[in-house]
Amino acid sequence: MTELLVGTKKGLFVLHGEPGAGFEVGARAFAGEPVEYAMRDARTGRYFACVTSAFYGPKVFYSDDLGGEWAQAAGIELPEDAEKPLERLWTVVPAEDDDHLYAGGAPGVLFESRDGGATWELNKPFWDQPTRPDWSPGAGGMCTHSIATWPGDPSRVALAISAVGVWLSDDGGQTWRHGNKGMYPRYMPEEAREETITLCVHNMHRAPKRPERLFMQFHGGVYRSDDAGESWTSIADGLPSDFGFPMVLDPDDPDSAYVIPLVADMDRVTPDGRVRVYETRDAGATWTERGDGLPSNNAYLTILRQAFCSDGSGPNMGLYFGATSGDVFGSGDAGATWFTAATKLPPVHSVRVA
Amino acid sequence: MALVRLRAPLSELAGGRRELELEGTTVLDILRALEHEHPGVKGWILDEQGNIREHINVFVNKEYGRAGTRLDPDARLHIIPAISGG
Repeated sequence: MTELLVGTKKGLFVLHGEPGAGFEVGARAFAGEPVEYAMRDARTGRYFACVTSAFYGPKVFYSDDLGGEWAQAAGIELPEDAEKPLERLWTVVPAEDDDHLYAGGAPGVLFESRDGGATWELNKPFWDQPTRPDWSPGAGGMCTHSIATWPGDPSRVALAISAVGVWLSDDGGQTWRHGNKGMYPRYMPEEAREETITLCVHNMHRAPKRPERLFMQFHGGVYRSDDAGESWTSIADGLPSDFGFPMVLDPDDPDSAYVIPLVADMDRVTPDGRVRVYETRDAGATWTERGDGLPSNNAYLTILRQAFCSDGSGPNMGLYFGATSGDVFGSGDAGATWFTAATKLPPVHSVRVA
Repeated sequence: MALVRLRAPLSELAGGRRELELEGTTVLDILRALEHEHPGVKGWILDEQGNIREHINVFVNKEYGRAGTRLDPDARLHIIPAISGG
């Protein structure tokens, strides 16, 4: 049975089912609270939920039993001398060492846990970046949303932040440098595009079988890097739009990527009232529309950056995404055909297979 | 001693107690004392900088209170989420 963790504006919904056999809501947690992200660490079986209460602030909770209690993780906070409090948590990512995890949040912060997620510490070298006073947020805040570890090498990690570009570390997060060459921020004045660090990355993933390769959905652009994030090449030709938020890879195919284009930054809905996923299997040279079974008429959906995920790999790879409309869609054949997994949920923030 | 009244989830973080008596001369004193006595509350009412979170209201008797609001010995504090959201 497939277990989907769906973070929504009004809590965490756990869907159970199988492609082709339907899904049902099996559990709910954090009722009424915005759940920005939820995932399960496959190494330990531990579940994590990033909950941003409008009243009580952002927290990370964890549970070893979905039907049991959730505990609040300790240490998810900014220093007392920070200008503002922590705003939001966007992601939790297992690292390469046992019991090591990363969490990303706003304003442009990285947390690390060395005990499986019960306690966390702010990554100080990143917090202390000297350019931080010049950093700018995107519309969703200055969010550290993508954390790409390097399979087998805990020293190498890449971050992506809206809107502070890509950051690379080769020493386990002790030092950081930009990885922004080649991005084209057309939302900036022409004179400022070359030097700016206001680079609004929407999503970034590393190809596990070829870890020097990364794919990126930008705020107006889709890119690939073949040099571990140092430089980026546009691969947007062939897409109906280069704007969107989420991105997924087939982990066994380093030439693969999936995106869900939206019209543009000023009209963040699926183009022409049709919901379509686009797939490349040649590293972005060509894109194939995947929409069999997805809404094709009068469907103006918005799919947020953490609301698309994969399950497994190859021709039977599962794909799942949710929209702010409260619909969740799935595929059990790598996008060839699609089904509706849920409707009428609250606006979907994130979707992950447990 | 001020009487502090809590609602869920704060009362759950305070060991299930919906009313507590705490010592302090200002609202901030009381909130710090609450955190000290019940560490699970830390970060829920006051943020990292020690400010009352934007969408939390602290009433002193029937008036809105601020961090620096001074308290009578028999003050009653109500800690209530703001009327906001979507």
